[in-house]
Formats: sequence, C-alpha cells, structure tokens
Amino acid sequence: MLEVKDLHVTVEGNEILKGLSLTINAGEVHAIMGPNGSGKSTLSAVIAGKEEYEVTSGSITYEGRDVLEMAVEERAQAGLLLGFQYPVEIPGVKNIYLLKAALNAKREAEGLPEIPAPEFMKLIKEKIAEMKMDASFLQRSVNEGFSGGEKKRNEILQMLVLQPRLAMLDEIDSGLDIDAMKVVADGVNSLRAEERAILLVTHYQRLLDYIVPDRVHVLVDGRIVKSGDADLARELESRGYDWVLEESAA
Amino acid sequence: MASQEMEQLVRRDYKEGFVTDIESETLPPGLDEDVIAFISNKKGEPEWMLEWRLKAYRAWLKMTPPSWAHLDYPPIDYQSISYFSAPKRPEDRPQSLDEVDPKLLETYEKLGIPLHERAALAGVAVDAVFDSVSVTTTFKEKLGEAGVIFCSISEAVKEYPELVKQYLGSVVPQTDNYFAALNSAVFTDGSFVFVPKGVACPMELSTYFRINAENTGQFERTLIVCEEGAQVSYLEGCTAPMRDENQLHAAVVELVALDDAYIKYSTVQNWYPGDEDGKGGIYNFVTKRGDCRGDRSRISWTQVETGSAITWKYPSCMLRGKDSKGEFYSVAVTNGRQQADTGTKMVHIGEGSRSSIISKGISAGRSNQSYRGLVKVGPRAKGARNFTQCDSLLIGDQCGAHTFPYQEIGNSTATVEHEATTSKIGEDQLFYCQSRGISEEDAVSMIVNGFCKDVFQELPMEFAVEAEALLSVTLEGSVG
Repeated sequence: MLEVKDLHVTVEGNEILKGLSLTINAGEVHAIMGPNGSGKSTLSAVIAGKEEYEVTSGSITYEGRDVLEMAVEERAQAGLLLGFQYPVEIPGVKNIYLLKAALNAKREAEGLPEIPAPEFMKLIKEKIAEMKMDASFLQRSVNEGFSGGEKKRNEILQMLVLQPRLAMLDEIDSGLDIDAMKVVADGVNSLRAEERAILLVTHYQRLLDYIVPDRVHVLVDGRIVKSGDADLARELESRGYDWVLEESAA
Repeated sequence: MASQEMEQLVRRDYKEGFVTDIESETLPPGLDEDVIAFISNKKGEPEWMLEWRLKAYRAWLKMTPPSWAHLDYPPIDYQSISYFSAPKRPEDRPQSLDEVDPKLLETYEKLGIPLHERAALAGVAVDAVFDSVSVTTTFKEKLGEAGVIFCSISEAVKEYPELVKQYLGSVVPQTDNYFAALNSAVFTDGSFVFVPKGVACPMELSTYFRINAENTGQFERTLIVCEEGAQVSYLEGCTAPMRDENQLHAAVVELVALDDAYIKYSTVQNWYPGDEDGKGGIYNFVTKRGDCRGDRSRISWTQVETGSAITWKYPSCMLRGKDSKGEFYSVAVTNGRQQADTGTKMVHIGEGSRSSIISKGISAGRSNQSYRGLVKVGPRAKGARNFTQCDSLLIGDQCGAHTFPYQEIGNSTATVEHEATTSKIGEDQLFYCQSRGISEEDAVSMIVNGFCKDVFQELPMEFAVEAEALLSVTLEGSVG
C-alpha cells in the first residue's frame, strides 16, 4: 500500500531523514519507535505533506501514486490521514463543521454527493459514543480549550468518521492518562481492518500494550536500524535504545 | 495652466447652459451654489431645504479634509465630480444579462443571489423582469397599517417636512466634518424611516431595500427615527457588488432613539475595491451616528465591510439617555491594495450608559487596515461601562493591521475594558484543515469565518449566510 524508498528529507538545511525505506501492506499495523530527535515525527509529516520539509531524494508511493506529487488535501482525500501530536485550535469553527467539511471533501473526491444531514448525524452520534466523548464536543470550537486527552480523542474521532486507508498517528499517546489511553487505543483498534494500514509513531512501548503492532521499526538518526515484531518493542522497553545504537554502529 | 482655463471656460459655458436648459438630466463636473440650487430644484424641494444645503456648502468651503486617518490617497478634486445624474434611461442600460461583464455574474452566482435579482443589480433594464411594483405596494400597505413611514428622503422632505426639519442634522450637524458637510450640501437621495411611539416595525426593512437601492447615488442620506418604545431593524446595502461608476461616496446616516427605543442597523458593504493595483476603486467616506436620546434607548451597529479602495468610517453612539446602550459589531476585510480606517465612537453622557465594541479586522494581500475607536465618558455618566474587543487577523506577510484605541474617561465610577489581539492566520491551522482533505481556499474561509463568528451572529439570519459567502469570495486567492 505504501512504499517509502531511500527517503532523504531536510528541514532548514538540516538533514533529518537520511535514506529511510519502509513498506507497509494493507491490514498491517506498524510502529516506528526511536529516541527523541531521531526523525520519527518527520516521517509522518512528510507523508502528510507538511511544507517546511524538503525531500531531497527518494520516493513515497501510495497505491501506485507518487505521493510527493499530490497536494496535501489530495493525500487526505485519497485516504492518507495524519493524527497530530499537537492538534491546533481553530477558534470559532465548530468541531462538527470541520468533520462535515472534511467528510464531504473526501466524498466529492470519490465522486459521491454530499452526505445527507440525518445520515451524517447518525454516523457522528455513533462515533462520538465510541470515543466516550460528550455530544457537546461537536458544538465546541475545534480543539479550543480541550485538554490534552480531549484533543487526542478528537483526532481519533476524525479517523473514525473519515475512515482512512492509511492512518498515521503521531505520538497519539503523549500526555494521556491510562484511562484516556485505553479509550484512544480502543478507537485505533476498531480501525484495524484488512483493507487498512496503521502507522504508529511513539516514543514509549506503553501504547503498544494496547495496540499490538505487526511490525516494529527502530529509527535512529534518520534511518531504520532495526525491525522486528511486537517482541522488539518489549525488548526496547526493558533494555532501552542503547543496545540498538551499539548494534547498528557495529 | 491652459487646461485649467479651458476647464473654467467649459464651466462657464455650462453655467449659461444651465439657465436655459433646466431640463438637463446630468450636470457636468463642478460644485458651486448654482449646482446645489439645481439639485434642490430638480428634487422639487422647499426653500428651507435649499437654505439648509447652502449653509452646509458655505461651511464646507471653509473646511479642510481630515488628514489624521491612516490612509494614503491622492487629493480629491471636488470640481471634477458631477453632483447630479439622473438614473440611466432604460435604453442606455444593458438590455439583458448577455451584455453584462461575465465576471460580475460569476460573483453573483457564488454569492447565491437569486436569478431575478442579478439582473437588477447588474443594472439591466429590468422593469419586466420581476414584479417590484406589487412587492413594494404590499409592504407599503403593511407598514402603513402599523404607522411606520419608510420612503426616500426626497419624498420625506415633501411629504413629512415637519419630521425632517425636526430631525435632519440633529445627530450629524451640517458642519460636523468635511464629508458630512459635503453630503449635506449635495445629497441626492437615501432613506427615511419613522417608527411611531410603541410600534415595533413589523418587518425588517431589508429585502425591499435591495430592490430600491438602485441609483441612491454617491451622496446618500439616511435618517431613522424611533419614538418612545419603538423598534426597527434596518439592513443597508446588499452583499452583491453593485455596478457603480462613482468613485467618491460620502454618505451620512443619522439614527435617533427616544426613550426605550431600539434601532438595529446592519450593513454589508461590498463596493468595488479597485483592480490589483488599487486603480478605480470606490472611496468611501461615511459619517454614521446614532443618538440614544432617550432613557434606556439602544442602538446597535453591525457591519461587514469588504469593499471599497478607501474606507473612512466610524459608526458611533451618543449615549445621552440614562441607562442607554450602544453596540458596535464589525468585520472589516481588506485584500489587494485596499485601505480601511474604521472603528467607532462611544460617547457616554447619560448615567449608567453601557457600550460594547467587538471589532474583527482581516487583512490580506497588500492591504492596510486600522481600527480607530474612541470611548469617552463624561462627568455625568456615573457608572458607565464599556467593553472593547478588537482582534486582527493577518493573511500573508505583506498586509498591515493597526489599532488606535482612544479613551477619555472623565468619571471615576466608569468601568472600561479593552482587549486586543493580532494573529496571523496560522500555517498550522491551514495545514491541519488541508490534512483533513479540505482545500486551501475552503480552509481559509473556514478559519476566517470562525474568527468573525462573534459578529456574524449579530447579523439577521439571511444576511449572515450571505456575509459568509461574501467573505470567501473576497479572500479568494489571498493565500499561496
């Protein structure tokens, strides 16, 4: 589904990704782990199309399409969706309005008509209950005055509504207490499906107790230095990153 | 200069022509007492009205244009303007929509203007297009039953001279300022509303005004009076860009609210802002003032300003009555090379008077915008309160936003609060929306509409929807 080949990315002249390659197939859950500053968040931001990141070489292909040639909104409409580590506040714009606009943009790209209001309301009610959120969230401005946990739930709510083909979640566990983490993890797990892939970016193994990945990759200094299954994450948890660094240096 | 002599010669020719050809429909450029007499005569005004105009004109001659605003425009040559032109005759207008600039029509479509109104707005000779006469008659009957007078100011001068004499210039005197004096001398038309004691006007004076708005001219004069306990909601202008060849607009609006009266005045202004280099846009110098003359009276100004090359406008409230209330809600959007210096004045005179100001300025392109607001509390205004919030939003990095708040507090019991923010439309906000599949343009309009929400919710429903559409049309292509 997604193929990243020898990707080099610079930000303000500094090379952050230095030849990263990664293949994700439909139905898989991948976790990218690594120490701070290794380039984890850069990867998902580049795939989503954030402007400040300059791809100097390499390629990203999604379902046969050159992702780097697609506009930010095209990528989202095609099913590449990024859940933010720090979702921004948009004062005065109701959450429900953003959801509806996003869903309709996707439908338009797929050649479907706008979703009828009753159908939309039914869908939203269902999803908001799934995320254990109060319906009043819909009428509040996007992320404005939300706690850290509420913002993260809101990101997952958007995923549930928009049903991406590849969901990328950037440090979705940061700043969450254990209850909120369970809700978020349940939401993500409900997204698991044969036709869908999930890419988790996380610093801690903790999240992976709840969302068990098929593949775990360790990102160090802009390159994937080790890949494995869920056991690798547990090993990182008990042994830290140092042994991987040593191994890769050797 | 030879050309000046030429001009004088031309003008002299005209003056002679003026005497013989009183039926002439359009005056050549120039302003003097004869021109004012011509306008007054053309409108069949009584002698007192002409005297009133001449008094304004004589004062105007001694005045100088204000230079304190944060605006940059070449000096206006008042002698190069024609001060009277009769409405174009049907045969001189476009005969069908096919003859109208397709760009204008495209804008109407985006704004969702009904088909039958598009033609009227584009200046097509529409008499047969829609049934304006019967509409007008129906609403006149309904208003008449309630005792509400709603007519053109010219008609009011003839039909209700006592009311006009009593109130005209009582809020904005002829000599108030340079542009108000000019308007008083040469105003061609406008609206007159009178709501008698205890009557709540049975309809918003709006939809019909759009139809009637043709050819009100560049020197519009509006007078609205609400007697004790009366109420009216008045909607000025319309969201569609009118075809307009006049460059200078200097309107005056006067509102009078007696005891317990409530006037809500909403404006959507979308005049031609000029081309990308700012050429050809409208200069808009407006004096709008409401007089909360009675106790517990209330005047509320709501405006959405997106047009004009130059805007100079400060709708104000004189809070004279005890416990009177003034409100100002404003959204001003500038793009391209537009310049706007706009804000409000709240003058607290009466005890317990209150005012609130919410101003939202959005600057894009290479435009420049200033908020200028005065809150003045007089010595008798015990316990007066004001709340001011003015927020600026910048789109791109070539525009400017400035805030000039003035406070003159002459009373220790007054409470005055001021909040101001300036923010840039966040790259992060845009990216967030786009990464949800929303196009850049839709994202901008969504973020801007969110920013303006506090003001939009003050607009009458039908206006609010149009205002949102208007904003996205105005900001089209302002990013990227």
